[in-house]
Amino acid sequence: MNIVVCVKQVPDTATERKLRSDDKTLDRDAADGVINELCEYAVEEALRVKEAHGGEVTVLTMGPSKATETIRKALAMGADKAVHLVDDALHGSDALATSYAMAQALKKIGFDLVILGSESTDARTGLLAAMLAERLGAPQLTLANKVELSGQSITIQRLTDYGYDKVESTLPAVVSVVEKINEPRYPSFKGIMAAKKKQVQTLGIADAEIDAAQVGLAGAWSEVVDFAAAPPRAAGTIVKDEGDGGSRAAEYLASKKFI
Amino acid sequence: MAEILVLVEQVDGEVKKVTLELLTLARSLGSPSAVWAGPGYSADAKARLAEYGADKVYVADSAEIADYVVAPKAELLAQLVGSAAPGAVLVAATAEGKEIAGRLAVKTGSGVITDAVGLGEGFVADQSIFGGGVNVHSRVTRGTPIVAVRPNSTAPVATAGAGAEEQVTVALSDSARAAKIVERVKQEKGARPELAEAAIVVSGGRGVGSAENFALIEKLADTLGAAVGASRAATDAGWYPHQFQVGQTGKTVSPQLYIAAGISGAIQHRAGMQTAKTIVAINKDSEAPIFELADYGIVGDLFKVVPQLTEEIEKRK
Repeated sequence: MNIVVCVKQVPDTATERKLRSDDKTLDRDAADGVINELCEYAVEEALRVKEAHGGEVTVLTMGPSKATETIRKALAMGADKAVHLVDDALHGSDALATSYAMAQALKKIGFDLVILGSESTDARTGLLAAMLAERLGAPQLTLANKVELSGQSITIQRLTDYGYDKVESTLPAVVSVVEKINEPRYPSFKGIMAAKKKQVQTLGIADAEIDAAQVGLAGAWSEVVDFAAAPPRAAGTIVKDEGDGGSRAAEYLASKKFI
Repeated sequence: MAEILVLVEQVDGEVKKVTLELLTLARSLGSPSAVWAGPGYSADAKARLAEYGADKVYVADSAEIADYVVAPKAELLAQLVGSAAPGAVLVAATAEGKEIAGRLAVKTGSGVITDAVGLGEGFVADQSIFGGGVNVHSRVTRGTPIVAVRPNSTAPVATAGAGAEEQVTVALSDSARAAKIVERVKQEKGARPELAEAAIVVSGGRGVGSAENFALIEKLADTLGAAVGASRAATDAGWYPHQFQVGQTGKTVSPQLYIAAGISGAIQHRAGMQTAKTIVAINKDSEAPIFELADYGIVGDLFKVVPQLTEEIEKRK
């Protein structure tokens, strides 16, 4: 079983995140880069599938050279090897361009199962898994909080507003996972040491047969027109409860016609 | 006037509020065409869509469309984008709505904008990013603008549209039939509105202290006809089910009124609720960052304030 887990380095949400004033893209130098939280669940799920069914787990990331830190984290958790899609031409790619580049890389690597987090904390589009399924012509098994494999069949529980849908398909398939599907393991000391020796292959756009005109800022299908720091919310009324806090809140809600 | 496609969200044949919002928004930009995808279509549904401005209603109500994950709806919309050449396509920015938008974008070679909280001339979208810290104007530059709009971004206003019905047949490809829904499991959620759609949300956090104490939050919510949310601290502790988590790794809500009880307001939480129109916070720590956002804040013990508030609302009913 060839399992590819896609991971993304994102700016730490605990630090101030910014857009660059020059090209209006994410300022990746302004904040510390960390592995996107939902990607940790994806790595864990990939490792569990491997442990139960055998195979190999390959980490795939697209991002600048400093994204190797995120690759090492996934390798330290136990993934076998990694592919780093890195090229200046990819800078500024939007969701369409990213899905195109990632799909090209996945075709190059080959896969039975692709696993991703359902969204990233930076752009939060939640688009990539569905776009990859579309581009790869593979079944879309997304928003999974449970994954089960049996031979060439795969079944997931897909979270919905009313509960969940049980969805099945055959492999190869694209799976995205939600928070709490599992409890991601912490890398062990041994894992961290071993990760340093694992193979990380870098792919440029030519290696992955990516058309330069379809990626990067110039190849994007959408653009940021302008942006500005959100104006601070007007200072509210803060009162100390003197035994009548609930009543005063009710008065406020009534004044705003909520009750 | 440009035709604007609006994908209808429905539950068991009943049109959801977000669709009425999207029709209202579409009317400000062109001539709205509602797109019904899946079984459950009825004269009532059509009347509802026309009441809120649908000049056209495309109906593709074969059961097959709902039998597979996302792809059939994207194929239907792609077919309509081809035949109607609309000015834009609007979908609700729910997890599934965004997935449909994503596949449609790939199919039609179009750009896509997600989580718009407004949409104006030239289909320039307003987005609120980085946990509400930055406001962005963005637009699609290639293909047909596909925009996923957050629920509660527009107040639905009834204005009759022509409601001309057009049946649509879509021949699903094999790849659209690849991920089959074999069972739908409905978990009990009672009479409360859906979290993402609710006009009012009452959320509890670490300060609530236990699963049992969430009854206080639920009672206040029920008095207001609100949905119940929870902070990550509360869901991580197992006090409330994870699917009700509001925040960065949970649901994003944008209600008219958000009441946060015992929630400090860390960035993780703010990312999920900062675009609420009115925010009321109850917390015993006067330094809690949630008070920076609050339109009205009460520094006090939620176990005293919340029951009193609930009782007072009951009295005023």
